[in-house]
Amino acid sequence: MKKENKIWQVITASSLGTLIEWYDFYIFGSLATVIAGQFFPKTNPTAALLSTLATFAAGFIVRPFGALVFGRLGDLVGRKYTFLLTLVLMGGSTFAIGLVPSYETIGFAAPIIVLTLRLLQGLALGGEYGGAATYVAEHAPAGKRGYYTSWIQTTATLGLFVSLSVILFTRHSLDIDPAVSIAKFNAWGWRIPFLFSIVLVGVSIYIRLKMQESPLFSKLKSEGAISVNPLKESFGNKENLKMVLLALFGATMGQGVVWYTGQFYAQSFIENVCKIDFDQSRTILIWAILFGTPLFVVFGSWSDKIGRKWIMLAGMFFAVITYNPLFKGLLDLSDTATKTEVVAAATTKTNSVAIPNTQDFVRAVTSKKSFTDGTELTTITTDTLYSNPAQTTVKPVLKISKVLANGVYWKMVLIVFIMIVYVTMVYGPIAAFLVELFPTKIRYTSMSLPYHIGNGVFGGLTPFIATLLTTMYTADALAGLQYPIIVATVSVIIGTLYLDSKINTKHD
Amino acid sequence: MNQIKKLAGIIWLLLGPASIYFIVRAALHEIATKPGIDTVIQWGVFVVIFIPIAIGMSIFGFYAIKGEYNH
Repeated sequence: MKKENKIWQVITASSLGTLIEWYDFYIFGSLATVIAGQFFPKTNPTAALLSTLATFAAGFIVRPFGALVFGRLGDLVGRKYTFLLTLVLMGGSTFAIGLVPSYETIGFAAPIIVLTLRLLQGLALGGEYGGAATYVAEHAPAGKRGYYTSWIQTTATLGLFVSLSVILFTRHSLDIDPAVSIAKFNAWGWRIPFLFSIVLVGVSIYIRLKMQESPLFSKLKSEGAISVNPLKESFGNKENLKMVLLALFGATMGQGVVWYTGQFYAQSFIENVCKIDFDQSRTILIWAILFGTPLFVVFGSWSDKIGRKWIMLAGMFFAVITYNPLFKGLLDLSDTATKTEVVAAATTKTNSVAIPNTQDFVRAVTSKKSFTDGTELTTITTDTLYSNPAQTTVKPVLKISKVLANGVYWKMVLIVFIMIVYVTMVYGPIAAFLVELFPTKIRYTSMSLPYHIGNGVFGGLTPFIATLLTTMYTADALAGLQYPIIVATVSVIIGTLYLDSKINTKHD
Repeated sequence: MNQIKKLAGIIWLLLGPASIYFIVRAALHEIATKPGIDTVIQWGVFVVIFIPIAIGMSIFGFYAIKGEYNH
């Protein structure tokens, strides 16, 4: 009973900290547009350049680099102090972002400080996950490793859930008038989710400080058997390197694209391609995550009985064969061309604002249409009315936003939920799978790198490459899916051929 | 099964240089189409990060051909 209590303390301490780290990492991504306006004005090319660096460097370069730096440290000095350090680094950086004065106040120092803090966030995230997964796995009994580590696996998705919820809540609670509340949020309220992080981090540090070092690492240390050079032993030793490569190409690469497609790309697709309004596109994901999250534990636990391989590969396989119909379903549900309009309810409103020191006006034409199923479509066309009649706006700005009726909304939740089920299948067992692949003395380093290349590089690239493909093949709204489908297919083939279906007990 | 693993290794070995060729070509095309420091940085980061991964894929293929993953 005492042992059982101890493992739950370990899981709570590890999971809470990891959840906070994901929360910290995601609020920056979720608030990217607001942050860009505050720190990276598009009118200044250098500031815009720093924005690009913040987006790309933090995810793709710094995360794997953090995996190497903190993985090495974790194998040299221990898991506990290393993942305490990553937590402090992440929490401190997030809190500091909330305090940085805007570009308007301190000029170029603002984007440079924010870029530095974002890079520190990426570095910390690269070190956190491997430490938490290793720490839990090294406390768990061999036959229940999948079950216990699956709690760590819920944290990435729950971190996204908490970040979306905190943002939505803050955005709507700063004033009674919704429009004023959103304006306040864009002006200064966006800082609240960042500042809130320090409370969460403080609690987590307190809990983690009370924990003991992993028993397996302590044993190695007392025997003087810890690795002298974890990087060399992980990647310079053929026996270990071949397992690192197998973990990357046969598992984490496919898992990364399924994870990002089912959550980030699905949300972005609903908002930008289906044109569903800001709040609904986020609450659809929130509900799907809420219903799907328990399945991480279900699949993690199941993997203790039937092995990790086929659950992960089945998740990737189902994703490969159903992504096209699922995303087409989202498009069809939002397509107003197939709905019946309530013509009598249509309204059009024109609002013109004079441009100072000219005789020109900015004109916004807002047209609203209602449909028999309850869906509402708002189209705002903005152009310039020039005093010179010969002059017209070449390309008016068109903004489309749809608010779905209840029935259609829940159908979308169901589709995203199916994608989250795939996420739980590929992600639930993967911590146990990675931990079992490598020996204790170089485990932190060896498992962190393939995890962060799979998730940070292959997964993190999903929204960018999918959007790029959509702009190249404009006639096909589903063209962006080719990237995750191809990557996951390669991973399924490699995993099927080369992964062992039995649970690896070689390093127990 | 071991024979299939070895034969498939040839595909993984070749997939490495093929990916490098594809990504460098895509990068050059994108930079030429949309010249600007933003595009250079984005694609520069991709090329830098993907070349070692593609080399890793070839090493994986090499190990597969050598029978390192045979059970």
